[in-house]
Amino acid sequence: MTAHAPEVIAQHQLTTEEYQKIVSILGREPSYTELGIFSVMWSEHCSYKSSRLHLKKLPTKGRLVVQGPGENAGIIDIGGGYVIAFKIESHNHPSFIEPLQGAATGVGGILRDIFTMGARPIAVLDSLRFGRLDDAETGARNRRILSGVVAGIAHYGNCFGVPTVGGECIFEACYDGNPLVNVFALGICKKEDVFYAKAAGAGNPVIYVGARTGRDGIHGASMASAEFTEEAKQKRPNVQVGDPFMEKLLLEACIEAMKTGAIVGIQDMGAAGLTCSTCEMGSRGEVGIEIELDKVPQRETGMTPYEIMLSESQERMLLVASKGREEEVYQVFRKWGLEAAEIGVVTEDGKLRVRHHGVVVAEIPNRELADEAPLYDRPHTHPPRAGLIPGLPVAKVQRTLPTLLGALDICSKRWIWEQYDYQVRTNTVAGPERTDAAIVRIKETGTSIAISLDGNGRYSYLSPREGARLAVAESCRNLSTVGARPVAATNCLNFGNPERPEIMAQLVEAIEGMSEACLFFDTPITGGNVSLYNETLGEGIYPTPVLGIVGTLKTAEPVTIPFKNAGRSVMLLGGVGECDDTRFGGTQYAKEIVKQLWGLPPALDMEYEQRVQFAIRKIIAEGLAESAHDLSDGGLAVALAECSFGPNHIGATIDLDSDLRPEMLAFHEAPSRILISTEFPKKVAAIAEKYEIAAPVVGVTIEKGIEIRQRTITLGAWEIEALKTAYAQAFESHVR
Amino acid sequence: MKFGVIVFPGSNCDHDAFYAVTTNLGQKAEFVWHDSPSLGDVDAVILPGGFSYGDYLRCGAIARFSPVMRAVEKFAAAGGLVMGFCNGFQILVEAGLLPGALIRNRGLKFVCREVRLRTETVNSPFTNQAEVGQILRLPVAHGEGCYFADSRTLDELQAEDRVLFRYVDNPNGSLSDIAGIVNHERNVMGMMPHPERASDALMGSTDGLTIFRSVVQAAVRA
Repeated sequence: MTAHAPEVIAQHQLTTEEYQKIVSILGREPSYTELGIFSVMWSEHCSYKSSRLHLKKLPTKGRLVVQGPGENAGIIDIGGGYVIAFKIESHNHPSFIEPLQGAATGVGGILRDIFTMGARPIAVLDSLRFGRLDDAETGARNRRILSGVVAGIAHYGNCFGVPTVGGECIFEACYDGNPLVNVFALGICKKEDVFYAKAAGAGNPVIYVGARTGRDGIHGASMASAEFTEEAKQKRPNVQVGDPFMEKLLLEACIEAMKTGAIVGIQDMGAAGLTCSTCEMGSRGEVGIEIELDKVPQRETGMTPYEIMLSESQERMLLVASKGREEEVYQVFRKWGLEAAEIGVVTEDGKLRVRHHGVVVAEIPNRELADEAPLYDRPHTHPPRAGLIPGLPVAKVQRTLPTLLGALDICSKRWIWEQYDYQVRTNTVAGPERTDAAIVRIKETGTSIAISLDGNGRYSYLSPREGARLAVAESCRNLSTVGARPVAATNCLNFGNPERPEIMAQLVEAIEGMSEACLFFDTPITGGNVSLYNETLGEGIYPTPVLGIVGTLKTAEPVTIPFKNAGRSVMLLGGVGECDDTRFGGTQYAKEIVKQLWGLPPALDMEYEQRVQFAIRKIIAEGLAESAHDLSDGGLAVALAECSFGPNHIGATIDLDSDLRPEMLAFHEAPSRILISTEFPKKVAAIAEKYEIAAPVVGVTIEKGIEIRQRTITLGAWEIEALKTAYAQAFESHVR
Repeated sequence: MKFGVIVFPGSNCDHDAFYAVTTNLGQKAEFVWHDSPSLGDVDAVILPGGFSYGDYLRCGAIARFSPVMRAVEKFAAAGGLVMGFCNGFQILVEAGLLPGALIRNRGLKFVCREVRLRTETVNSPFTNQAEVGQILRLPVAHGEGCYFADSRTLDELQAEDRVLFRYVDNPNGSLSDIAGIVNHERNVMGMMPHPERASDALMGSTDGLTIFRSVVQAAVRA
């Protein structure tokens, strides 16, 4: 075979060195099909070649971890004989090109990752980032992307029958050409029913099930591993089309087929399709797999081996069955009206051998293909630093609070989440905007799972290390605020072009910060996803590490955000907190009022944070809190307002003892703070004292109004209804 | 009594309905697969929510041809109690067991929220445990739940006291705020809201049990 032309190699996004490595692995020049196979398996998306070195720094082990990174999803023991499988994944690039299908197939992909492990998906959450909706030039496009992504998530999740129970959604100019769509899914199964994506047993049949293979999505993985240029729109054919009905059938059929005991290993065909599933299953089981492409169900005629191997058609699974028991598997798939075909066999020689019309078109050692991908220690310098403190205009608290409540990042996202079925399966104890973390119950065990997604691009831009630590802390705090103990995490690392040393520095620092915090809070990372090259025309996004952390709690009526009764004590666990001009630069106040980003993110003391979280969990467990809400975007004033938006129209009047400037006092975003209302302030104070945290009684709940004072001087007083209207109606007015 | 919960490919509230009538209501239930030619010995049938056959072509349009629907028609003709919730309502309408049509929500979007329903009649096996005018809090979750019918049908529903529930705050543009109806013989009902999701205090409301208890009451009498 002759060497491929340099431009062909370049088209496959392989470097000369990488090509040479392929030649040395094979001991010859690769065929065109083999070149395609290597190009997708060694793409950034599949091989993590820029990030792998640093991802090793993350803590991945823990008492409850059944399965860490390396499988389709992480698995955690929740007791009672049950485990949960969960992971977060990005579908950023496809969602920019074709928002509806891009987001829909993002949901489809992560759902398959969950049920391929034997777990039935019971919850989805999304972390979304979009560009400015009101920008003269890009606003219309950004609104179209937003509507399309939300419709796509709704279309797929609702039809499949998994509740979308929460998430977050942020808007920044840097996401104008780079929306982020990160989808988290969680499933449940019995501990002994977990399945792994491992092939075993020479002679066992390799079976293909689900949708037929078409020409869609070819090179999707490589597309997701490059920056966008003006020609991005021409990549629309690289985006796949999802069929949630097919996926629902696949779910039911797979779970049923797994129960027969005739399945040895199973993996979904996601990124890099048939290529990835065959070589990874072979590699994990240290066996070979031989397939005949003529037997692969195809929806188009005349497909080449290259196209069949690289297709990313959706809703397909690959499984290895016990020889002689194939019929049991086929019977289940026939019942569900799904196509299943034996396309090959497990071998002993450790090779991925692909035949087409009987002729070998690719023969590659599995292990080298799956695990010997290039590994880069890309140069990293320092993350870009933001400018210094601008002359700060002073804005009145009275006028600022309604403005912030109507800001896109803060206002109610009801417009989004009402399009999602957040209740199907009747497990949603707390859905969107009721509590700081979503809660789904596990009917089988009497326990519930709390889930929180968090990431803050502004903080992470100012300091990737501190931003990542803050995201871990906030996620954990959200869980603790509903009384859940954080147990494990998954992460989605959204960054720009890692070949730029300052971007690579952001990635390295964020991973290190995350590692430190996950270790500290004892939330090992059990899997996740890295999305690099989030740049369009050389404009990169803010570094956006997103954490998805899960916690466990007893199934019970949740302690929700709103105040319930007048006359209760309002207490601020953690105290009013500290801030200065430098630490004020990443806040929503800085964004919406000063319209700048500067300085550093809020300072985090992890020891203190931990004690605040211990305290709130104790307070919730003892039934002392009537409402609980952590302070986050927009600080104390915004949190206080959000606590006042309940059905009973109960607000509060508070008086703060602090030297901070009024607007800083009201809107700074120091972490480790939780606002509660309680009938038992003394008991709460005793717990706070035990954990050595401040917990001043700052005020009392009242009917219909909110008032904030600083040492008896009124900073602002509002009617709840006026604020609520600003908060509830803002989003729709921005979307129009 | 025993409920039969039909499972079409793409049904996804089947487990919820099953759980509601067994664990929450304390009755028996069994799943009935869509290509089953008979319903067995069930006392009442539930067509659950979901996206039967992906709701391709039109919601419920394919499911009505499932073999089990012949059995459901026979069961209904013999006076058996049949309930369709959400997608189940759409299927019953497509099958001609209930009049009218369910079209795209007026707001053109899927909507998932709790709504209030006003009970319009207690003269049915599905509402005999409620009171006229009683407000039930139940969730809706659908993209195509706008009830539509010609004016003659609407007049007939009104004249025959066949509107079971009307929305207090109409979420989908349904004509005459209609949320649920019953057939002329009063043994087949359809409604867009989900009583099975409001059968457990932890889920926010138990008002859905009123409907299931009515069915139990009717079955006891029968």
